[in-house]
Amino acid sequence: MSNSNKLAVNFCGVDFKNPLIPASGAFGYGREFEHFYPLSTLGGISVKGTTPRQRTGNLPPRIAETPSGMLNSVGLQNPGVDHFIAVELPNLKTKDTVVIANIAGSTADEYREIAEKLDSTDVDMIEVNISCPNVKAGGAAFGVSCEGAASITKIVRAVTSKPVMMKLSPNVTNIAEIAKAVEAEGADAVSLINTLLGMRIDIKTRRPILHNNVGGLSGPAIFPVAVRMVWQVANAVNIPVCGMGGISRWEDVVEMMMAGAQTVQIGAALFSNPMAPVEIIEGLEKYVADNNLNSLQDIVGTVQPW
Amino acid sequence: MKYTQGKYLILSKKTLAKEIYDLTILCPDVAEAAVAGQFVNVKVDGFMLRRPISICSIDKNKGTLRIIFEVRGEGTKVMSQLAEGAMIDIVAPLGGRGFEMDGHETAVIIGGGIGNPPMLAVAENFGKNATVISGYRNASAVILQEDFAATGAETILCTDDGSAGRKGFVTDALKEVLASKKPDVIYACGPNVMLRRIIEIAKENGVKCQVSLEERMGCGVGACLVCACRTIRDGNEYYAHVCKDGPVFNAEEVLFDE
Repeated sequence: MSNSNKLAVNFCGVDFKNPLIPASGAFGYGREFEHFYPLSTLGGISVKGTTPRQRTGNLPPRIAETPSGMLNSVGLQNPGVDHFIAVELPNLKTKDTVVIANIAGSTADEYREIAEKLDSTDVDMIEVNISCPNVKAGGAAFGVSCEGAASITKIVRAVTSKPVMMKLSPNVTNIAEIAKAVEAEGADAVSLINTLLGMRIDIKTRRPILHNNVGGLSGPAIFPVAVRMVWQVANAVNIPVCGMGGISRWEDVVEMMMAGAQTVQIGAALFSNPMAPVEIIEGLEKYVADNNLNSLQDIVGTVQPW
Repeated sequence: MKYTQGKYLILSKKTLAKEIYDLTILCPDVAEAAVAGQFVNVKVDGFMLRRPISICSIDKNKGTLRIIFEVRGEGTKVMSQLAEGAMIDIVAPLGGRGFEMDGHETAVIIGGGIGNPPMLAVAENFGKNATVISGYRNASAVILQEDFAATGAETILCTDDGSAGRKGFVTDALKEVLASKKPDVIYACGPNVMLRRIIEIAKENGVKCQVSLEERMGCGVGACLVCACRTIRDGNEYYAHVCKDGPVFNAEEVLFDE
């Protein structure tokens, strides 16, 4: 068995050649990153958040740099699910990587509508965004309560046989309770964390830097929060966990997996280092070899708490 | 658009004015692919985001690019410490659309402040068939005048306070130039307030106009969608993205905030 096979994982029924997945919103539909490496390098791709119809997104500025991180408030700008199915999905399906459709709605009916449409396509998984902090209706409004999160899970579960992964918000009192609520309604996996709600102010103009006033914090600044939440969730549920939030190096992936994640996503780090996925996969292959592991999955959840 | 990420040698570094630096980078593959109006995205140690810097001049024979930037904050301050002989990490050349010059014989080329550097690559293309109007706050901010003159273009220097060249805005000079001759096209880069007025003047005179826009960027390649700018596409308002759909736009596409 080659080292690259040792990175493979079957994640809720779907075979990934490695656990690394560019996160929704940081990677578009992959086209822009093919300049750097073939998309087949990646375990999977979580595509740009898709809504029932085209969304124009928020007024600029939509980004603010922060210490070891960044805030964004894109507001789910995307061409809509029909465009995704007609144009982007057929292209992605030729790339020899797992295609994860990331969906978002303003209402429960919208989640149902998109999930129904995707069920008859050949997307490999559906990631349900109930945690976008940058839209006024829906999104995080569902993700911040057990009832809301459970209700969307139930609706999506009822209309699709695809693996359903619920993307959880960190802007909650107890993320493990939310994870248990979506597991109880039939979620196949959970992914976490989405961005932390944040704000920056230009002290000269007294205006927030983001036109949306507030936005989602990502990058290494949130990594310890993500590791903590992945650990708490992995200990609370029996479904697999996809960990994300501030990953930028292979060591971060190992740490996230030790906390309990079987797969991981990488987002903000891609902006300064578009080659990060290649470097991380190389690092993981060496880690597996150096530690004589049969499978990288052997380290999942192996943190030994004090 | 074909771009790459790599580390390249800084062949020379000059200080052009207070806090304005001029780097020449040896990057044959990037120079070969680059067109006027595109930019490079520079990695800065210790910072989350790269800094997009417009390409000032392209020498495909020597395989070099020239970039000029102003220290605006902590990131560009660190960038300004990059030394001659050091390596610079760039993703380049970026920008799905640079200045479109084919089919145009004569041009008026306008830069405002740090919007001047990308106009040099345009001026080099037109040579004596261009008039270059460059505007600055005052004499201490003036850069690139010898470079513009060396292209063969007629040059008009304006400063807000009259401490160098003529006193006044580039838009005043543009109106005077247009009164005597109509170029095929006007190219401009600078503050939005300047671009907006140039677009109005171009329209009044029935001259085509292309402008280079700026917005806070994330990835620089078109994936993250943060660098949105208001445009008209197929009759509808649309948030285009400066990095991939631009940074150069036709005047009739651009909408400015009221």
